[in-house]
Amino acid sequence: MSNIAVADAAPPPTAAKPFMMRLGAGFVSRLVIIVPYLWLLFFFLVPFVIVFKISLSQTAIAMPPYTPVLDFRDGISGFFTGFRDLNFDNYVWLTQDALYFRAYLTSVVIAAISTVLTLLVGYPIAYGMARAPATIRPTLLMLVILPFWTSFLIRVYAWIGILKPEGLLNQLLLSLHIINQPLVILNTYTAIFIGIVYSYLPFMVLPLYSSLEKMDYSLIEAAKDLGCPPTAAFWKITFPLSLPGVIAGCLLVFIPAVGEFVIPDLLGGSQTLMIGKTLWNEFFANRDWPVSSAVAVILLLLLIVPIVLFQHAQARAQEQDK
Amino acid sequence: MKSLGSIRRDFTPWKDPNAKPYIQFDKVTKKFGDFTAVNNLSLTIFEREFFALLGASGCGKSTLLRMLAGFEEPTAGRILLDGQDLRGIPPYRRPVNMMFQSYALFPHMTVENNIAFGLRQEGMPKPDIQKRVAEMLKLVKLEQFAKRKPHQLSGGQRQRVALARSVAKRPKVLLLDEPLGALDKKLREETQFELMDLQQELGLTFVVVTHDQEEAMTMADRIAIMDKGEVMQVATPPEVYEAPTSRFVAHFVGNVNMFEGKIAEQSANTTRITGPSGAQIVVENGGAAARADANIVFAIRPEKIRVSSKKPVDAVNALEGEVYDIAYLGDMTVYHVRLDDGQIVRASALNAARVTEDPLTWNDRAWVSFRPDAGVVLAR
Repeated sequence: MSNIAVADAAPPPTAAKPFMMRLGAGFVSRLVIIVPYLWLLFFFLVPFVIVFKISLSQTAIAMPPYTPVLDFRDGISGFFTGFRDLNFDNYVWLTQDALYFRAYLTSVVIAAISTVLTLLVGYPIAYGMARAPATIRPTLLMLVILPFWTSFLIRVYAWIGILKPEGLLNQLLLSLHIINQPLVILNTYTAIFIGIVYSYLPFMVLPLYSSLEKMDYSLIEAAKDLGCPPTAAFWKITFPLSLPGVIAGCLLVFIPAVGEFVIPDLLGGSQTLMIGKTLWNEFFANRDWPVSSAVAVILLLLLIVPIVLFQHAQARAQEQDK
Repeated sequence: MKSLGSIRRDFTPWKDPNAKPYIQFDKVTKKFGDFTAVNNLSLTIFEREFFALLGASGCGKSTLLRMLAGFEEPTAGRILLDGQDLRGIPPYRRPVNMMFQSYALFPHMTVENNIAFGLRQEGMPKPDIQKRVAEMLKLVKLEQFAKRKPHQLSGGQRQRVALARSVAKRPKVLLLDEPLGALDKKLREETQFELMDLQQELGLTFVVVTHDQEEAMTMADRIAIMDKGEVMQVATPPEVYEAPTSRFVAHFVGNVNMFEGKIAEQSANTTRITGPSGAQIVVENGGAAARADANIVFAIRPEKIRVSSKKPVDAVNALEGEVYDIAYLGDMTVYHVRLDDGQIVRASALNAARVTEDPLTWNDRAWVSFRPDAGVVLAR
C-alpha cells in the first residue's frame, strides 16, 4: 500500500522532461513567428494608425497643419481629451465632391486596362524566356531586370523625349512618311498606359516566367499526342498552369498602378485625373493633410479588397487540393 | 476459351514472308547538330506485336519512339504506318498515342478529365466519353479515384492513369517510354504482366522503350537491341539470349563467357576453334559463317558450363583450371574458374539437390565442360 502512495505523490521524472522541452520548443517557434508580426506592427500598422488619426483631424494653419495634435504635454488626460475632436468629416467631404469619386474610378479603370495590356505584352516575353535554351535564360532574366539599374524617374522622363510632338517617335514616323502630322500622345491617357506598361513590365514578366519555367514541357507533348493542336494546348494546359503567375503578376502591376503618381504627372499632363495626383495636390498644393490622409485610407481599403479576395481564392484552392 | 499463352505461341508474323509490315522504319537517320542519334536504321514491326526497343541510355531508342509519335522528324529516310508515310504529319494527327516516362499527367485536371482529354479532342459525344472513361477506369482498377487530382495518387496509380489515358483513344499503336521505370521492383513485375494482358485484351500494337533487359524479355514478342543509333539484332527473347549475332548483343543481354580464337576447321554444322594457348573447342549448330583462320569469339552462357573435379569422360569440350571464386546464391552457385591459360570462366550450377557441402572449394583443380551446341561463334 505504501508503495502505491509514494508512486502517486511523485510523478515519474520522465513525464516532466518532455513537458519542459515542449515549452522550450513552443517558445522558440513563437519567437520566430513574432519577428514578422513586429515588422508589420512597426512599419505598417503604426504608420497606418498615424495616417488614420490625421484623417480624422481638422486642417489648421499650424505646424503640423492639423488639430488636434495628440501629445503628452498636458499629461495623459490632455492626450485623451484630443480624442473628442476627432471625427469623420473628411470622409463625408470626399463623398460630397464628385472629383474624388471620379479620380478613384479613373485610377482603377486605368490601372485595370494597363494591367491587361502589361499581361498581353509580358506573357509572350515570359513564354519566350521560359522556352529559350537553358544557357541563355539567365542573360534574358538579366535583361528584364536591367532597367531597374536606372532611376525610375529618369526613365519616365526619357519617355517624354520619345512621345512629345517633336520627339523621337514622331520624327521616325514622319521621316518614314507613315504620318503627315505629329501624333499627340504626350499628355493623354495613351501616354499613361505606355508609361505604366513600360515601367511595370518586369513585375509582370518575373512571376509569369517563374511559373512557366517550372512547367514540364512533356505536358504539352502529351496534349499534342492526344490530338490537341498547339493553340488549343496553350489554352488548355499552359495557360491554366500559369494562372498563379498571371494572378501574382496582375496584382503586382495593378496595386501600385492604382496609386501611381509620377507617370500620370509627367506623361499624363494636367488634363488626366488619377487619385495619386489628387493625393499629391491635397498634400503639397493645398496643404490639407487631413483630407489627403482620408484619400490615402480609402485608397488602401480599395486595394485591400482584391488582395483579400485573391488570398481567399488561394486558400480555397489549397483546401480543395487536400 | 483460348488461353492468352496459346495466342502468344501462334503469333510469329515475322516468319511469314507474305505478312504486311505495320510500322516500317526505312533507312531512317536522325541528327541533332553534329550528333547522330539514329543512323540509317531500318526496322519492321507487325500489327498486334509487342515490340521492345532495348538499349543503354543515349542509344537512340527514345529518339526512334519520338519520331514515331511525331515529336521529331527524321533527317533522312521514311517512317510508314500501315502503308502511310508519316512525314509532315503533326503529332496531333497521328493515330498513335504515347505513354510518357514522366507520365505527363495534367496536374490541374482530375483523373477522369485526364483520361477524357484525348476523347474530347476528337469530338466524341459526351455520353460516349463518359462510357469510355468508366471503361478505362475499370480496366486499370481506379474507379474510386476518378475525382482525384494526379498529386493525390501513388506512383503506381499515376502510372495506371497514364496508361488509361494513352489507350482511351484506341490508337493503332501505343508507344511506351520506359513505362515501368519509376516503379519499385515488386510493382514493376506485377505491372509487366498487367501490360501484357492489356495488350492482348485490346489487340493493340505496343512499342516499348526500355533499358531493362528483364522487362523486355518478359513482355516483348520481339526485341530490337540498339547501340549508337543502330539496330544490332532483332529477334525473339530466346533467340536474343541463345543465339546472339554479335559480341555486343551477347554482352548486353545476360552474362556470357567469351573465348577469343581462330577458326581451325569448318564443315556443314561443325566448327573447330583454336584458342590462343592451343586449346580446341568444337561447336555444333552455332557457327557464324567465317573463313578459316578468321579471328572470332566463342560465346557461352554460364549456366551451360559444368564444373567438375575430374575430367568428364564423355565431354567433347573440357578445359582445365583452378577454382578461383565461389558465390553461393541459394538457388544456384556461381563458380569462377581460372583456366591454365589465365582466362576466367564463369559457370553457374542450379542447386537442384539439397547439398550443404560443395565437393569443390577454392584453389581446387577443376574441369569446365560443355556440349558442342551450348555456345555460339561470333564473327563480329
